Amino acid sequence: MNLKSFLTNRWAVAAGFAVAAVLLLVVAPALLSSFRLGLLGKYLCYAMVAVGIGLAWGRGGMLVLGQGVFFGLGAYIMAMHLKLADAPPSTGVPDFMALISSDGVPVWWEPFRSGVVTLIAIVVVPTAVAVLLGLATFRRRVRGAYFAILSQALAAAFAILLIGNPRSTGGSTGLNNFKGFFGFSLRDPANRMTLYVIAVVALLAMVAVARQLMVSRYGELLVACRDAEERVRFLGYDPAAIKTFAYAVAAVMAGVAGALFVPIVGIVSPNDVGIVPSIGLLIGVAIGGRTTLLGPVLGAIAVAWAETSLSERFPSGWTYAQGLLFMLVVAFLPGGLASLRPIVRGWRERLRPSHTADSAPVPSLSGSSR
Amino acid sequence: MNADYLELTNLTVSFDGFVAVDRVNMSVLPGDLRFLIGPNGAGKTTLIDAVSGLVPATGAARWAGENLVGRKVHRIARLGVGRTFQTATVFEELTVAQNLDIAAGARRGLLTLARRRTSLPEVVVKAMETIGLTDLADALAGTLSHGQKQWLEIGMVLVQDARLIMLDEPVAGMSAEEKDETGRLLQRIAADLTVVVVEHDMDFMRAFATSVTVLHAGKVLAEGSVAQVQADPRVQEVYLGPGEHSKAVAEAVLGEGA
Repeated sequence: MNLKSFLTNRWAVAAGFAVAAVLLLVVAPALLSSFRLGLLGKYLCYAMVAVGIGLAWGRGGMLVLGQGVFFGLGAYIMAMHLKLADAPPSTGVPDFMALISSDGVPVWWEPFRSGVVTLIAIVVVPTAVAVLLGLATFRRRVRGAYFAILSQALAAAFAILLIGNPRSTGGSTGLNNFKGFFGFSLRDPANRMTLYVIAVVALLAMVAVARQLMVSRYGELLVACRDAEERVRFLGYDPAAIKTFAYAVAAVMAGVAGALFVPIVGIVSPNDVGIVPSIGLLIGVAIGGRTTLLGPVLGAIAVAWAETSLSERFPSGWTYAQGLLFMLVVAFLPGGLASLRPIVRGWRERLRPSHTADSAPVPSLSGSSR
Repeated sequence: MNADYLELTNLTVSFDGFVAVDRVNMSVLPGDLRFLIGPNGAGKTTLIDAVSGLVPATGAARWAGENLVGRKVHRIARLGVGRTFQTATVFEELTVAQNLDIAAGARRGLLTLARRRTSLPEVVVKAMETIGLTDLADALAGTLSHGQKQWLEIGMVLVQDARLIMLDEPVAGMSAEEKDETGRLLQRIAADLTVVVVEHDMDFMRAFATSVTVLHAGKVLAEGSVAQVQADPRVQEVYLGPGEHSKAVAEAVLGEGA
């Protein structure tokens, strides 16, 4: 139970967070060029989505194939605010809208002129959508592949909706060319560094939240729901509520990630929120190890990094590499790379000639535990 | 005498016109260890499915003054109705203690849920003693033997504060010793609670039942003590009728010389 002791020992956890903070906040900025650091900031945004996927899928058993929707909601809300803030004060109409038509700003854009409303909406809108969707599906006991297909269809519909309304959403080009971020210029390297720091802090905070949810009684209940939902119901719980909560937490994480993605990357388009990016995120989580705390984070960062560096060299090769990697993990390592650790430990113990006391607590072990 | 008794009035379950449970009237009092027996397809499991809210029913199933028919599964559970399944359903990737802790926690508030479990609730410790799994508290439930899983499930029903307990074939697949232990466990539990057991194992039924209800084709055929039911000519006919059961089964139900 090495993972467990790591999860529960307060000092080990505090030390782990400290190491991560030093690596991301001191070592990475010292070693990487500002361009590479910007890319790392983008990967951190994917990692935030991955933390949520790990919670909903790994712990809760909900195969969320459409997290791009929540990512996109957060991203577009932030992007709308930035475009409105950049608009010339005389007209108040963002540049791309002024080019296409003279109708002015759509009514539903107006609330996002306010920075406060924007920040609240980034949390509230994904939560509301996830709660509505979660209750509607989980109450009807939609789960497994059906839920996965539903969430994926939603991602497709969301992307089509965005493309179909170029006047208000920028269409397939999306929203880009942001100049400022809450009054700070995005051209200034110091401000870009600050954005990176915000992303690091947000990611660490989300990992902390996920860890607390995993070790709490709620976390045990979520695993119970994943493995035997009917049993949970007969114990007097409402599994729909339990699952919806995890789904909503994952949605908020994706929404915040999207909102930070926009100023860090400088563009958001339907290509960032549809089916393909949604599945790409999931692959990172699967490769890292979906049921663990850090597996999804490291997997998402590694896959995003590999994507960039591979497509720099072999422009069309990445898709194949990604597919191959995914198949290998599904076929040979269903628990992801994180499951290598116990396997390696098992080998080491077998190689050691004298076992240091067979520490199995159960004398009558029948069958094997995973 | 408390109001913790189960009273079924004209309870009926039908699936697309097929009547699986047909106007069943039955009452079970606290302290009773009631066995539900009957040939395959008699509606035994469907009956407890209906009481626990898994399948829709008509008629009434009154428990502790409340009608359970038409309520949701988790609401019925919160009224103190617990059940187990033919195949033991436990949370395989959690430990015995965690399984029981979850079972004991349906009324927990959000704050308690958000925090880590620091100590085991007293009911959980007590239940582990009752079901004899104290030594295995930290073992994953998936590593337990079949019998131990059934006991764990009974323990979960106990800690969830159920006062009406319905067990679906609890001794299926158990060894003779495990069956004996389960029987004694049920007798201990039934002293304070209302217990209904669906069972095919007739030796087990004869050894431990306080009272028996025989179902046949969705209807109550007979009801009474083991001896009364065995002596009932209609029961004899069902179990001895052509093609219904082998002679061995009939003997098991009705006793030697049937």
